[in-house]
Amino acid sequence: MNALDLQQYLDFAYILAVVLFILSLRFLSSPASARWGVLAGEIGAVLAVGATLFNPELVQYKWIIITLIIGAGVGIPLGLVQMTAVPQRTALSHAFGALSAAIIGIAEYYVGTAPVTRFQMGEIALEVIIGSLTFTGSVIAAGKLQELLPQRPIVYRGQNIVSLSVLGAALALAVALVVNPAHAVLFPIMVIVALIFGVLLVTPIGGADMPTVISLLNSYAGFSAALLGFVLNSKVLVVAGALDGSSGFILSVIMCKAMNRSFTNVMFGAFGQVQVSATAAKEERVVRSASPEEAAAILSAASTVVIVPGYGMAVAQAQHKVRELYDMLTKKGIDVRFAIHPVAGRMPGHMNVLLAEADIPYDRLIEMEEINGDFPQTDVALIIGANDVTNPAARTDQSSPIFGMPILDVDKAHTVMVIKRGMSPGFAGIDNPLYYLNQTLMLFGDAKQFVGGIVRELGGGH
Amino acid sequence: MPADFISNLYVFILAGFVGFEVIRRVSPLLHTPLMSLTNALDAIVVVAAIIIAGRHETRLTTILGAIAVAASFSNMVGGFLITDRMLRMFKSGRSKQS
Repeated sequence: MNALDLQQYLDFAYILAVVLFILSLRFLSSPASARWGVLAGEIGAVLAVGATLFNPELVQYKWIIITLIIGAGVGIPLGLVQMTAVPQRTALSHAFGALSAAIIGIAEYYVGTAPVTRFQMGEIALEVIIGSLTFTGSVIAAGKLQELLPQRPIVYRGQNIVSLSVLGAALALAVALVVNPAHAVLFPIMVIVALIFGVLLVTPIGGADMPTVISLLNSYAGFSAALLGFVLNSKVLVVAGALDGSSGFILSVIMCKAMNRSFTNVMFGAFGQVQVSATAAKEERVVRSASPEEAAAILSAASTVVIVPGYGMAVAQAQHKVRELYDMLTKKGIDVRFAIHPVAGRMPGHMNVLLAEADIPYDRLIEMEEINGDFPQTDVALIIGANDVTNPAARTDQSSPIFGMPILDVDKAHTVMVIKRGMSPGFAGIDNPLYYLNQTLMLFGDAKQFVGGIVRELGGGH
Repeated sequence: MPADFISNLYVFILAGFVGFEVIRRVSPLLHTPLMSLTNALDAIVVVAAIIIAGRHETRLTTILGAIAVAASFSNMVGGFLITDRMLRMFKSGRSKQS
């Protein structure tokens, strides 16, 4: 078989891989078929990687085999992390993806088999800038999610000007390289400046904005891979990168809509600034609280209950206790459903994964638009570790920083119960008028212990 | 403008539209597995890394290629693994009884 034939076989393998990748995402449309999606993706990946090993350009396999083993050695533990650690794992995988895309672009620049044309230089520079900033940005995001770095937005005066100047510098260096690709010394400087920009981009962003940021980084990582496909003239990379990039982009748009904010507002308008005025306006208002016994009695008397989980449930690791509560109430013939806000938690779909892990059937997890109409007929809305997504000020108070954000209309339920550690305001630093309503009962305590207390009371009744 | 660029641009735009249409249909229930699955698919950059690492042109490019192989292959293995673990957990009310 001559080399040309072989190349065609390799191309067919790549085309098949691309088809399988698209099918893989297609299977994800329903939870019933979703696992087939993983299988399709895996077959596609094995085909593409296997075919590449036959590429006639390869002269040395030692490093390929060693690094594939290292990669598997790192990847398997990262695939086995606890479900509560999925957001930081995802940020880390964006970092790895962007790192490899950036590094391949850098290597391509230094290959030096043929002098780079201006056009190629432009492609490489853009690809390397996006890959590098996504790498450091994702590392910072992972650090924040793992709480190695503070989750609060870190802001200082003139921050946006500094950040944008750094980005401008990276782009200026790229332009200089395109004008004269022989200025090789500028290339590493451009990479370093882009890496710095990634840090500056994500540091000011707070924990509650992570669902948007993680989606945006996902999209950047995808588009850097697609650009790499342009550089290397590899269609399989162009397609995989375009799929990943558009997926991240769609998720970012969904997240932004769910917070009623624009991309620029998330990236450049940290929420931290509004805190002062919001806390200053605080006044003494009456709050009613209840014990686990009282909460259990109210829940037993209900016929429909909607549970609203938030990041606090994840932090307290309360999802398994919540499942016990769900089982108890369901056994009593009470209709229990979960209301999932799109930005609840630290990444898109975070709450669904935690509740599915706790064995709660997915047909009980209801999206915001679908369940909002049912709150007026709901006896008890039980909020566990969620705050801003339930704040009725988003509907009524034009001066509120979250005005216009779509929320779960829990205040329309007959009784509202809120499990919360104390009266501290939510991430946005805004007081929640929900807590002062007549039908609201505050259940002060740790989410896991309090739900455990309710479960004990419900169990004792039999 | 090189001819390769134009054909890649065609592929990119078409793949972007396909991606948009397919991903729009993904249930919001599965947005977390969606992200880990697309990460695993994106790790296909490993094929480019393998070529850089195995072509053995200069020591620098081999080292860079080797790092890229490890980083992207860990994403591929870890991404498929965690996606499957997550999807296994999603059970409907009926299958739970069995």
